[in-house]
Amino acid sequence: MNLPRMLLLLLTISITSSFQMQFMLLFSRQGKLRLQKWYVPLSDKEKKKITRELVQTVLARKPKMCSFLEWRDLKIVYKRYASLYFCCAIEDQDNELITLEIIHRYVELLDKYFGSVCELDIIFNFEKAYFILDEFLLGGEAQETSKKNVLKAIEQADLLQEDTKVSFSPSFLMVWSRNAAEVRDSCGGSEQASWVKTAFLLLVSTERKFWITLNKDMLRKIKMQAPL
Amino acid sequence: MPAPIRLRELIRTIRTARTQAEEREMIQKECAAIRSSFREEDNTYRCRNVAKLLYMHMLGYPAHFGQLECLKLIASQKFTDKRIGYLGAMLLLDERQDVHLLMTNCIKNDLNHSTQYVQGLALCTLGCMGSSEMCRDLAGEVEKLLKTSNSYLRKKAALCAVHVIRKVPELMEMFLPATKNLLSEKNHGVLHTSVVLLTEMCERSPDMLAHFRKLVPQLVRILKNLIMSGYSPEHDVSGISDPFLQVRILRLLRILGKGDDDSSEAMNDILAQVATNTETSKNVGNAILYETVLTIMDIKSESGLRVLAINILGRFLLNNDKNIRYVALTSLLKTVQTDHNAVQRHRSTIVDCLKDLDVSIKRRAMELSFALVNGNNIRGMMKELLYFLDSCDPEFKADCASGVFLAAEKYAPSKRWHIDTIMRVLTTAGSYVRDDSVPNLIQLITNSVEMHAYTVQRLYKALLDDISQQPLVQVASWCIGEYGDLLISGQCEEEEPIQVTEDEVLDVLEGLLVSNLSSPVTRGYSLTAIMKLSTRFSSVNRIKKVVSIYGSSIDVELQQRAVEYNALFKKYDHMRPALLERMPIMEKTASNGPTEIVQTNGEAEPSVVEPKHPPPVGQPASQGNDLLDLLGGNDVPVIPTTMPTKPASAGGELLDLLGDLSLGLSLMAFYLFDLFKTVNFLSIGIPPMTAYNKNGLKIDFTFERANPNPNVAVITIHASNSTEADMTDFVFQAAVPKTFQLQLLSPSSNVVPALNQGTVTQVIRVLNQQKQPLRMRIKLTYIHKGSAVQDLAEVNNFPSQSWQ
Repeated sequence: MNLPRMLLLLLTISITSSFQMQFMLLFSRQGKLRLQKWYVPLSDKEKKKITRELVQTVLARKPKMCSFLEWRDLKIVYKRYASLYFCCAIEDQDNELITLEIIHRYVELLDKYFGSVCELDIIFNFEKAYFILDEFLLGGEAQETSKKNVLKAIEQADLLQEDTKVSFSPSFLMVWSRNAAEVRDSCGGSEQASWVKTAFLLLVSTERKFWITLNKDMLRKIKMQAPL
Repeated sequence: MPAPIRLRELIRTIRTARTQAEEREMIQKECAAIRSSFREEDNTYRCRNVAKLLYMHMLGYPAHFGQLECLKLIASQKFTDKRIGYLGAMLLLDERQDVHLLMTNCIKNDLNHSTQYVQGLALCTLGCMGSSEMCRDLAGEVEKLLKTSNSYLRKKAALCAVHVIRKVPELMEMFLPATKNLLSEKNHGVLHTSVVLLTEMCERSPDMLAHFRKLVPQLVRILKNLIMSGYSPEHDVSGISDPFLQVRILRLLRILGKGDDDSSEAMNDILAQVATNTETSKNVGNAILYETVLTIMDIKSESGLRVLAINILGRFLLNNDKNIRYVALTSLLKTVQTDHNAVQRHRSTIVDCLKDLDVSIKRRAMELSFALVNGNNIRGMMKELLYFLDSCDPEFKADCASGVFLAAEKYAPSKRWHIDTIMRVLTTAGSYVRDDSVPNLIQLITNSVEMHAYTVQRLYKALLDDISQQPLVQVASWCIGEYGDLLISGQCEEEEPIQVTEDEVLDVLEGLLVSNLSSPVTRGYSLTAIMKLSTRFSSVNRIKKVVSIYGSSIDVELQQRAVEYNALFKKYDHMRPALLERMPIMEKTASNGPTEIVQTNGEAEPSVVEPKHPPPVGQPASQGNDLLDLLGGNDVPVIPTTMPTKPASAGGELLDLLGDLSLGLSLMAFYLFDLFKTVNFLSIGIPPMTAYNKNGLKIDFTFERANPNPNVAVITIHASNSTEADMTDFVFQAAVPKTFQLQLLSPSSNVVPALNQGTVTQVIRVLNQQKQPLRMRIKLTYIHKGSAVQDLAEVNNFPSQSWQ
């Protein structure tokens, strides 16, 4: 390894070493990066190098080994959930066991949000995974210790996302004329996701309380129908 | 223009790519489309395009051209745009690009937005990537939000404040008023983040620490409520109420209680309660216990509590979960200094962890094992550690070897054990040990006189087995050179002696010279060893032949040695025995300590002695010391010996040799010194002698042949005084038999200063036409402590070279 570069890297990391968590990476068993969150300012090149090195080291470890790894002057806490590795870099002084709990909490949040999450959910909805992480951690520290509050915040923020296409949907007027209960019934049975979303938005605008009573299946359909 | 493909579709398409090249092609095509869309300032699909770009960025493709687009998204009115814009900014921008400052104003507006989720996005971005400039500009807004009643914003603002303080510590005081009511909050999110904020402030400033000490009772109360209160579904993690908050409070208590008796006293009870009441079947419980143990160890806690803490760690050591065992080893390592005996009780469990398959655990166990070694358990512990050294991965060997060296040096029960241990390390992990272990071991061996025969025999046997471990081979060569006679005589008492002939020994050493496995340094050792054997063995002719062969070696270093040794055979044969005498016992120097740069033999190049010009000609005094300085000045560990160095004028010959010596040499220190011994003697030619040593007055003679007339011996006397009082009116007189002529030059002074603080020198020239053995009678008169002293002495032990 190029020595000056490495020194530089170490320097950057140690200057900001008062952070609780330096970065978090999610990667697959094949070594594909699925999510990266950096709480320290590093150049793209450095980030790539660290990622490559860590992915290799972690993947080389046997399943029965402990979840901690000393790497440079940091401690790596990682845990595998199905095909995904969740990997956090913390400082030497930090509590490794509670970091494992933080990882676990994030997994639980993903699981609740996506409904038994799998790697594909995170690939196709990576931005959601980021939104959830940002609602849970801020600057490398946990900001909310209640699962419910995090999910509530995410779901309400999701509702604020406007779908530009929806308002022109032909079903718009049709839905408008019905009452709230009917809307709820018809969206539950409908297969057409964009239509469901339209109905849902209208429902929310007319009768805010109703959204909670909608069944989970439907909520999921709506999430998948983000405007991206 | 048709609508760009959707994000999910793009992901799906990219995932169908079979090869890297195919994927790259797809991405390039899409990037081109995105760029042109950006150029057209398309507002409808900007959000979608940036999202796609973020996906490609995660796959490792460049996405920097999306940076400005993120800023445009942030400035948009739509929530979707803002959400993706801020996400993109956090992923694509950081404080090292000036572009990020363009966001400052947008963030400021959004911090005052009417929707809390927009405010939340702005806070999150600021807390994740805000640079110090940005933090200065926005700290006021953060402080305002820290005082709101909205807990969603308040918790985010608290962590933002932590970030601001980290970036710009002098802004800390600004947040002080807002911290007042933070701990009375009910919401756990706000409580948790407030504790983080308080921790940050206390860690940064002693003033804040003193100020916040008064919060201890309040923190204790919160913690108590957490562990005493019943089940609360919202914050429960496998039966434990809000472990995240508990851990955070325990950490803050640790900082507040450190070095403060009153605060420590106030938290003793609650720590005991947490330590005994926490459910340990799950990881969460252990996380809390672990934090509690750390706090107990750090504050001024009662001794009973400390024992409790160590016992918790002892239980951790026996846990089935590897993570818990790892944590136990780490924290025992932290406490081993303060609670040595308590940790010692868990020794066998710790040693067992050396056999773990997991490198993380192994490393911790190794460090801890070394910390636990003491005079009582050294034999047992070393057995385990040497076994570990045998079987461990290469990455551990260097650390383990130096650990064994240190421990052996500190607690060795006997010299023989010490030598055996080091030799064992050299045979098992020879190529991983640090460079200075060779001179260290040589020194150790030299100093244990009674072990010489045993050592040389062991090393000879080791050499027969394996000549690939260079440090071992070097030590062995050196010892065979020094103690070859003992090896041949077979007088080993410690072990059954082996019978070897001179030729067998020389065969082995010559084998080293030609072996491909030998490094240049090893060859040097080996050649010198062979040379030394010329005075210990009878087969001088064979040795002469070997030496002359290497006179034309391509290795400059080896060649030089061989040429010098050749000269010793030819021109200076009469002084060869004296030159190749056994090395005297060496003194231990501090420079061999563990603080030196760790270099392993495998990769390190021999330290290069920088060419340094020899001291200018015509500086008669302390040539020998200058030579040592020359070595020391180049940061090579020097091993000074008690060997007398001649402070006499060495003349041009020495300087020439020295010039050569210092020019092309890349040598290890010891090797250099070894050679240097030769150089020193060769050039000066005649060893010095002590002529008189009585009542604290010591007179040394050094010799020099006057160049034009070989019959004239120039003797310099050096008088030194080791008593506390000066000797005044010092007069040195000398008389010789009639066959000699003597000329006494004037002395440098007539006062010999006390406590060896200086010497009086005087030059005597003796003309010895008939080359008869030199004899001399000396008369000394001086005044010491007020009384006159007179003494006579006869000197007839002059070295033969001084008159031959």
